[in-house]
Amino acid sequence: MKDGKGKNGVLEEVTSGEYKYGFVTDIEMDMAPKGLNEDIIRFISSKKNEPDWMLELRLKAFRHWQKMKEPKWAHVKYPPIDFQDIIYYAAPKKKKQLESLNEVDPELLDTFNKLGISLEEQKMLAGVAVDAVIDSVSVKTTFQDTLAKHDIIFCSFSEAVQNHPELIKQYMGKAVPYTDNYYAALNTAVFSDGSFCYIPKDVRCPIELSTYFRINAANTGQFERTLIVAEEGSYVSYLEGCTAPQRDENQLHAAIVEIIAMDDAEVKYSTVQNWYPGDKNGKGGIYNFVTKRGLCKGRSSKISWTQVETGSAITWKYPSCFLMGDNSIGEFYSVAVTNNYQQADTGSKMVHIGKNTKSTIISKGISAGKSNNSYRGLVRISKKAANSRNFSQCDSLLLGDQCGAHTFPYIKTGNETSIVEHEATTSKISEDQLFYCRQRGINTEKAIGLIVNGYAKEVLNKLPMEFAVEAQKLLAITLEGSVG
Amino acid sequence: MLTIDKKYSKLESVLFDHYVANKNDLNSSCQPGVSDEREKAFNFFKETGLPVNKDEKWRNSLLPKHYGQSYTFDTSPVIYDKAAGEIFDCVIHGYSAHILPMLNGWYYSSSKESMQILEDGVIAGSILTAQKEYPELFEKHFGKIADFQKDGFTATNTALFRDGVFIYVPDNVIVKNAIQLLMMVNRDDRLLMNSRNLIILGKNSKLDFMHCDDSINHDSSFINTLTEIYLDENASLDLYKLQNINDETTLLNNTFIYQEKDSRSKVAVLTLNGGKIRNEIDVDLHGEGAESDLNGIYLMDKKQHVDNQVFVRHSVPNCYSNELFKGVLDDEASAIFNGHIYVAKDAQKTNAFQRNNNILMTPEASIDTMPFLEIYADDVKCSHGATVGQLDEDAMFYMMQRGISKQDARLLLMYAFASEVTSKISIDPLRISVEDMIKRRLRGELSICEKCVLHCSVPDKPIEFEIDMSKI
Repeated sequence: MKDGKGKNGVLEEVTSGEYKYGFVTDIEMDMAPKGLNEDIIRFISSKKNEPDWMLELRLKAFRHWQKMKEPKWAHVKYPPIDFQDIIYYAAPKKKKQLESLNEVDPELLDTFNKLGISLEEQKMLAGVAVDAVIDSVSVKTTFQDTLAKHDIIFCSFSEAVQNHPELIKQYMGKAVPYTDNYYAALNTAVFSDGSFCYIPKDVRCPIELSTYFRINAANTGQFERTLIVAEEGSYVSYLEGCTAPQRDENQLHAAIVEIIAMDDAEVKYSTVQNWYPGDKNGKGGIYNFVTKRGLCKGRSSKISWTQVETGSAITWKYPSCFLMGDNSIGEFYSVAVTNNYQQADTGSKMVHIGKNTKSTIISKGISAGKSNNSYRGLVRISKKAANSRNFSQCDSLLLGDQCGAHTFPYIKTGNETSIVEHEATTSKISEDQLFYCRQRGINTEKAIGLIVNGYAKEVLNKLPMEFAVEAQKLLAITLEGSVG
Repeated sequence: MLTIDKKYSKLESVLFDHYVANKNDLNSSCQPGVSDEREKAFNFFKETGLPVNKDEKWRNSLLPKHYGQSYTFDTSPVIYDKAAGEIFDCVIHGYSAHILPMLNGWYYSSSKESMQILEDGVIAGSILTAQKEYPELFEKHFGKIADFQKDGFTATNTALFRDGVFIYVPDNVIVKNAIQLLMMVNRDDRLLMNSRNLIILGKNSKLDFMHCDDSINHDSSFINTLTEIYLDENASLDLYKLQNINDETTLLNNTFIYQEKDSRSKVAVLTLNGGKIRNEIDVDLHGEGAESDLNGIYLMDKKQHVDNQVFVRHSVPNCYSNELFKGVLDDEASAIFNGHIYVAKDAQKTNAFQRNNNILMTPEASIDTMPFLEIYADDVKCSHGATVGQLDEDAMFYMMQRGISKQDARLLLMYAFASEVTSKISIDPLRISVEDMIKRRLRGELSICEKCVLHCSVPDKPIEFEIDMSKI
């Protein structure tokens, strides 16, 4: 390369960007002691003033979890997790009933400002209702009034347990039962808070709902639950964002997201995940082991997952759709970026059960530094799913010669009238493309940014506008230098 | 790790007991090196047992579901009888190959013919004879290409193999006519056989090798065959595997290929009939410029099951690999395809491609396809694709509109589907025979026959679909 810096120089710069959200908010925390046993679960449950049935469910899940073995099949490596060395409950202490944003702890507001998702700004400019979750307790929910007008319920999970127990009882664990997997059982046992969203029949949610997760206290795990129920003919777009402060230890995040869509309902779930990925030497960072599943229960229902994964030391999740209703549609759009020593094993599961069901998987992996990025996906067409259709495309882009990009698709077809297509490519940025850009006076750094963004565009386009901007910025920061 | 107290399945205990009871017999005809290897492999098997569905590469496989069955072993060779040798009287029309006959797991020949020196110093014959007569060639490669620690079947094959074939092609020798291995099973008492082959190609040499697995009767048997292939610099191998065994038989066909610089391998797996078949192809591209072209076609019906496991390891830069596997599944047949391309760190400038296409004919047929890519180098071009679908409706309509019956249109399309693979066969007479057999197979006329599968084809009476081409 003749520009002095050379391509490797740029890549180095690109891959040496530091985590920009790594600040610790100094808010007094209310914490449970370290460790996990039935007493801790009772402690969490009583702290949250939960009814007996919820405590029983937690204990049932805990007992089941004790019998389970930690899964090892993912293409990730990490030292064994000591589940007794984690604080399972941490809440900001100053919590009381808040009337307006002015009552929110200013330092907390500042945190959000630094994150660039200031409640006020979003409230005014974006018209987004934010349910911000810091270390497991929902702090402030805005736009309740607008939502109340439409009879939409959008509140923290604990409030929902108190105020809408019948809905929680009816739907919780329907998409992800606690028996589903190791981390789902753990979450059900110790979940601290989360969001609950209920869209009544024929209501189109007028604003985009948003939750912002942030892990603040050291040594805490975050175990939130999100439950979205979309009744017949309703529509909602839901955004989730995540960040965590910079710490040397690894922190565990094992969340559950459940979506249930009835006849003709549509749910769009977008995630920008930017947990702390660990430093350049792979020290610290979040273990993001999440179970996300949507049930397209009704006829012609639709669930769409869009995710931009830039953070976490280890990302291990497969947002999936169970297409149970005839004509239902599942979609999965993902950009996963790994850098330094990050590891990602992510993808989607599409299970076709109803007739004429359709699913699309578009996954773009970008690996840099010494990271490993795997796509793992399952497409299952059951016997009864006549005329079903799946299209999957998984592309991987490699930046740097120390990283790995892997694709592990599983396709199981048991119906002769369905069509399944899968294609994947792995390559690096082509010399031709770079040359073309540089020839036209675009320097290497910008050219790489341009190409990476173009590569991810198919997915970024699916994000709601405000999120797309943030996602692009994140892509830039993760790969920075100034790629973006 | 499981302890020795592990509860064995029926099949596992049969294998276990057989080794313990026949250890001395097995080793009596072997060099000390082989005996050591057997013992090590057996100890590995003792610990791990046979693979189960939980093992990643054995997901969905039907084999572990049949470990409850018992089998017998053949501990002494069939007495050679020249007249009985007629069953190996197999000809590909218009072509003469050098035949290596195997019967029930034993090399079938008179003792003095168990090793032959062919033209240009090519050595071909029984592996048992080879390890005694050519110890330096044998020891250099035996057990080095196939790792018995891969799974319980590789281990038991190493521990229990009785016989097999050995081929050595010296440097700079181009073998004109193909060498054909005919593996016949003619037993009615549930035979379990382990056979082991070793093929060594010297520098700049070339060999066409056919590996045919056939049944003579309809009795159940379990065949575990393992082939190690070493390709030295710039060597070139065309390997054809023809599989036409009966519906009761389980066939495990493991092929390990180790390739040096600039060597080329071309493999075609032609699975026409078989109860349960598992083909594992493991290619290690270990020298720059090595190429591997792996193709397969499987046509299954009834309750048949085929599992193709193709693993290509790009260990060094500048290698090329291509995989193309296609299948048609009728009735209640099931198939698995797992392609796995592994690009090692620093194996830059790798080109690796993979494709698997399937057609399901009935609601009961099923396919699991898993095209994996595992890549640790950045300057690569890798891609894979997999499809599951039906015959093209437009094409069907087009033909039927022109007076071609639905049945013929279907056959024609399936034949065209398969021809993408068969057209890669570079020995013309073989290609014609195979295409002919596929036509028969698609019409349901091909059955396992008294003689070699290739014998079924009679080009004097070519099989044609009744299509008036003038109408098209």
